[in-house]
Amino acid sequence: MIAETGHFALILALVVALAQMTLPLWGAWRDAPLLMRVATPAAQAQLGFVAIAFACLTVAYVTSDFSLQNVANNSHSAKPLIYKISGVWGNHEGSMVLWVLILALFGSAVASFGGKLPNRLRALVLACQGAIGFAFLTFIVIASNPFTRLSPAPFEGQGLNPILQDPALAFHPPLLYAGYVGFSMAFSFAVAALIDGKADAAWARWVRPWTVAAWMCLTLGVAMGSWWAYYELGWGGWWFWDPVENASFMPWLSGTALLHSALVMEKREGLKIWTILLAILTFSLSLMGTFLVRSGVLTSVHAFAVDPARGVFVLAIMGVFIGGALALYAWRAPLLRQGDLFAPISREGSLVLNNLLLTTACATVFIGTLYPLALESLTGAKISVGAPYFNATFVPLMIPLLIAVPFGPMLPWKRGDLAGAAQRLLLAALLAAAALIAVASFQGRGPWMAPVGVGIAIWLMAGSASEIGFRVKAFRAPWGEVARRAVNLPRAAYGTFLAHFGLGVMVLGIVATTAWRTETILAMKPGDEANLAGYRLVFKGVAPAQGPNYRELVGLFDVSQGASHVTRLAPSKRQYQARKMTTTEAGIYASWSGDLYTVLGDRLEDGGFSVRLYFNPLVRLIWIGALIMFAGGLASLSDRRLRIGAPRRAADAASAPAPAE
Amino acid sequence: MTRKKRRGVLIAAALGVLGLAAALVLIAMEDSIVFFQSPSDVASKAMAPGKRFRLGGLVSEGSLQRGQGTQVRFAVTDNAHTVRVVYSGLLPDLFREGQGVVSEGALDASGVFVADTVLAKHDETYMPPEVAASLKEQGVWRGGSGKAVQKAP
Repeated sequence: MIAETGHFALILALVVALAQMTLPLWGAWRDAPLLMRVATPAAQAQLGFVAIAFACLTVAYVTSDFSLQNVANNSHSAKPLIYKISGVWGNHEGSMVLWVLILALFGSAVASFGGKLPNRLRALVLACQGAIGFAFLTFIVIASNPFTRLSPAPFEGQGLNPILQDPALAFHPPLLYAGYVGFSMAFSFAVAALIDGKADAAWARWVRPWTVAAWMCLTLGVAMGSWWAYYELGWGGWWFWDPVENASFMPWLSGTALLHSALVMEKREGLKIWTILLAILTFSLSLMGTFLVRSGVLTSVHAFAVDPARGVFVLAIMGVFIGGALALYAWRAPLLRQGDLFAPISREGSLVLNNLLLTTACATVFIGTLYPLALESLTGAKISVGAPYFNATFVPLMIPLLIAVPFGPMLPWKRGDLAGAAQRLLLAALLAAAALIAVASFQGRGPWMAPVGVGIAIWLMAGSASEIGFRVKAFRAPWGEVARRAVNLPRAAYGTFLAHFGLGVMVLGIVATTAWRTETILAMKPGDEANLAGYRLVFKGVAPAQGPNYRELVGLFDVSQGASHVTRLAPSKRQYQARKMTTTEAGIYASWSGDLYTVLGDRLEDGGFSVRLYFNPLVRLIWIGALIMFAGGLASLSDRRLRIGAPRRAADAASAPAPAE
Repeated sequence: MTRKKRRGVLIAAALGVLGLAAALVLIAMEDSIVFFQSPSDVASKAMAPGKRFRLGGLVSEGSLQRGQGTQVRFAVTDNAHTVRVVYSGLLPDLFREGQGVVSEGALDASGVFVADTVLAKHDETYMPPEVAASLKEQGVWRGGSGKAVQKAP
């Protein structure tokens, strides 16, 4: 009964989405305010119906209703509750429902909090959101119904893929989807602006918080995916330039560019046409990410078994939206009024440089990810493009960008003074140079990238801190005044600082772990010793253990440093009963200097075990940096300007719930 | 600075960056592309020793041998031809005889494929698309179940 309710709710949501798509658009065409107003209740009703469907699916999972094919294929009664719930989106059908649910959430947020938006703009935005919802709901109802019944119902389900039974992965898909789908807001606003033929600062002020929110979710989602891959897969790496990873990274790159170009549009009404194009491209890349992951057209280490027919459906949706939006763009973009002039050396100029490098870098990732697909369909040759390609193209483009980052906030709008900015960054430059020299002399003959990378990381951190220091007059005014200025500084300034500082922290982690990681693969028998990065590891043997829905073989390592005992590590091999699948659980010891990472391999013929040991210096800074960037987004969202919507009333933001008209 | 001039500066900068990126892409593509070969391709093309490629197919039944230390030997087959593989390291969790595998490395002088990576997968029914395509060519695999079927007589 619950399943039928859910299925019915999905169909109702589909019908409502159709109404949300067509009526407001027709109203905007005929200039009929009443028809345009239909958008608001329609968006809320859509959220209601999709939420009912999602709740029904969740109930089916929690109660282990194996008469549903989806539940039977992906759940098991012995699974802990949290993985029963995360199992809802741990599979194709359920994850698409989650996708639409998040879309409906964003849509209803515009409907509820967008009371101060011009009626026409709101109607057009919601119509576009309705169209996206309609496309994906059609897909769900026709090709990927999660409520299909199974008869006869099995007594037990097949279980969720064990490597997905993990706390980080329980939240990775919702965050990633919130990021992907969050960019649909920017897309819908862009399409609405194109239909309307006007886009102004108020428009940008509306788009920016949504973009920031989506960007934050995506940042955290990508970081969480990388963190999960790091500790769960037992490969010791944190990024593999795998197509599935790239699929989430490309929207992040272009979303970051959008975030910065929307700033120019909001403050200076510049870069309008470009910002609208970026909004369209960012969501297109999000759709492509969904397509690449869900269709399985690319060889990926992160891919799951897929149904190619569904890939074609998602491809069709993607084609319609990207093609349609770009055609609309080509037709209507010339109508938009051009912005003010600015000199190449200015805040605008620096943001243009940022956009140029980010989008170019995004394009190189795009080429590397899709070239194998293009080549195969053209010539039939099967190739793979791996990490060396991305290191050779992406990294050289990032270096000038990272060096330019601290200059941006130091330059005033319209016309800037590079020498003045450089003067204020002198301290940061000295620190960076000192770090570079120190690392180079300490390291001796190591990879030359390491000191340069550390120098850039210090430059980023110190440079972004200098901006705050300069603005609060640190060391140049009495402390009372500094404190007063620090309190009065807009939160957006702290947001910029945190985001850029976090980037520096992340770069430091990436450089350190890439340049100085040590790795050995050994055959060890109980009693054997290994030495790694100053640690002494003694292999004590293995012991069997029993978990809630798995059996495991745990290896025991005593770790000591000099004479003192540090910790015991217990990497294990788990055998999940439901799927007869083995997973590797790494044993990790985290310290400030880095992670000691141990993996237990297979039993060898002589009674020993193959064992892989890593030391990953400063690797945690990568994810800590992402968290700091996320905090930067939060600070930026809490800025006064967004909360109260000065200077124009029409520009209220989502964080301040205003009564609907 | 006039609008026209500004546009000129912008276009010049954009072309500069794009040119740089294009050069990087072309150079990197030259060096770091790896072709995918099935055991039949290896047999028919006479691959030069030392040339890196990805070898994909099924792990032949009964071929897995543990050597000294962490070295393992196995054979990859598409039921028409078989290539012997030697690999030092930990095999992924879902590595099984009779299942699809993709590994990267190069042939040595004696025709043994020395792999430095064996690609992992997250799902036992997942078959990398290249392996699926090459097995379908040989009529070994029909898709769907992820399991190989006997070649039709």
